[in-house]
Parts: sequence; C-alpha cells; structure tokens
Amino acid sequence: METVILMVTTGILVGYLLRKHPKIIRITEKMTGYTIYLLLFLMGISVGLNDQVIHHFDAIGIQAASVAAGSVAGSVVVCWLLYLLLFRRKNTTVDLSQKPGEL
Amino acid sequence: MKNSLTIFAFFVAGLLLSIFRKLPGFLMNTDWSSVVLYALLFLIGIALGGDPNMKKMFRQIDYRILLVPVGVAVGTLTGSLAVSAVLPLTGRETMAVGAGFGWYSLSAVFITRLHSETLGIVALLSNVIREILTLLATPFLVKYFGKLAGIAAGGATAMDTTLPVITRYSGKEFALVSIFSGIALSLVVPFLVTFILEF
Repeated sequence: METVILMVTTGILVGYLLRKHPKIIRITEKMTGYTIYLLLFLMGISVGLNDQVIHHFDAIGIQAASVAAGSVAGSVVVCWLLYLLLFRRKNTTVDLSQKPGEL
Repeated sequence: MKNSLTIFAFFVAGLLLSIFRKLPGFLMNTDWSSVVLYALLFLIGIALGGDPNMKKMFRQIDYRILLVPVGVAVGTLTGSLAVSAVLPLTGRETMAVGAGFGWYSLSAVFITRLHSETLGIVALLSNVIREILTLLATPFLVKYFGKLAGIAAGGATAMDTTLPVITRYSGKEFALVSIFSGIALSLVVPFLVTFILEF
C-alpha cells in the first residue's frame, strides 16, 4: 500500500512538472492503455501458476464465483443509483468533452 | 464490449501459457505483474498531475465521495447474502466471503483462522474472481451502469490493481474517488470479516 501511494504521488509530481508539455502527457496516457493489456497478460500468468487456485476450481469454484458475481452485481447496482442521483447531476464531475475509453 | 474482450483475451493467453508451462523462465520466476502495476500507477499519476483540470477535480471532492465506499459495502453484502439462497452456505458465510471486497490474501487468512480452511479457500477464490471480473468487465459495466461501476466492482482493489482499468474507462476525474473508495474498503475488511463471523 505504501508503494502504491508512493508511485501515484511521484507520478503526480512528475506530471505537474511536465504540465507545460501536453505532448508528453498525452503519450503517457496512450501508454496506459497498452500497459493494461500487458498487466492482464501477466496476471493470467500468475493465476495459472497458482496451484492452490487452479486445483480448487470445481465445486468450491462455483460457490466462489457465485459470491463474486453477487458482490459485484450488488455493489454495481447500488453505485449506479448513487451515480444517477448524485454524480450525474449538473454534469459537474463528468467532463463530457472526454469520451470514455480515450483517457 | 470489444475492450472487455481484448482484455479477456490477454488474460486467457497468459493463463493458458502458464498452466501449460509454455513460457520462458524469466516470465514465470518473477512476479512481473506488480512491477507493471507500479509502472501503471506512476503513469496514472503523471496523467493526474499534468491535467490542467486537477484543481477543479480536487474542488469536487465532497460528501458524495464518502458515500461511494458505503454504497459498495452495502451492495456487496446484500448481493452476497442473496446468493446464499442458492448455495450450500449460510448467509453469514457468504457475507464474510463477500466482505473481502476483492482483497483475497487478507480475507482468506482471516476466514481460515476464524472459520474453516474450506471457507478460506472459497474466500481466496471468490475475491480473486472479483478482481479478475472487474478487470475484464469494467469497460462493459461503465458503459451500461455509469462511471462508478468499475469502482463498485473493484471494491478494495480500486486503489491499486483495478485502478488503471477504472481510470481508463471512467476517466481521470474518477481516479481520486477510486483510490479513496479502495483505501476505505481495505481498512474495513479485517473488522467487517471478524464482525460478521463472530457476532
């Protein structure tokens, strides 16, 4: 957790120093998209190497997947309501000029 | 949808290659995913710091942000309780598993100690699945359920592992909400899991 906070804050500092160079900022934003694919590829590798997870993927796997699905569905629905009620109003938080997926 | 599929394809490729041990040793002996994650978090920081709207973003932090982790917790527990109806587990057990909010290492250890090893493995798997599901489905969820959907699905992982995907599809302006929600939920995990199982 410390490393997470350290990386984000160092990044913010570097980004702030580079704020007069929007080209560099834009390149780093593009890199984010591709790096996400790389991250998922690597996460696939670490899950595949985790024998504990792979070997228990039967009955227990179904229970686990059901709880995960229920948790995600429940929280997404509650946050959808929060979003519709509080976050979308006045369009203050959402910058509409920026399309999702084009960070 | 296409984005979710691309992400899924990369994940499956890594999974299959490692299950069949078809990878060069340097990829299997070191956990590169955390290195790449840190690089991603650094990149997100740059995007945040270099954003001329940064000040505006900070001004928007208000009471609504406090409600996000509360909403995630309420939704998660309700959803976990609901699925106990169709599983050979009690509501208390499924809620304890759900209360890991995706933080699999910690919740699995707690549940193994407080309850049983079997439920500990369920918790481990369930929270791993939650994280993976978030990584894969966020593009889809954000499209149909609003910009908090990725943060909601990510739970405690919204501050680190799933943060890159969330900021990519919900936008930078949700990065702070995501980090805040993830930290708040992470802090709550040990207490909530204990509370659910002991009382």
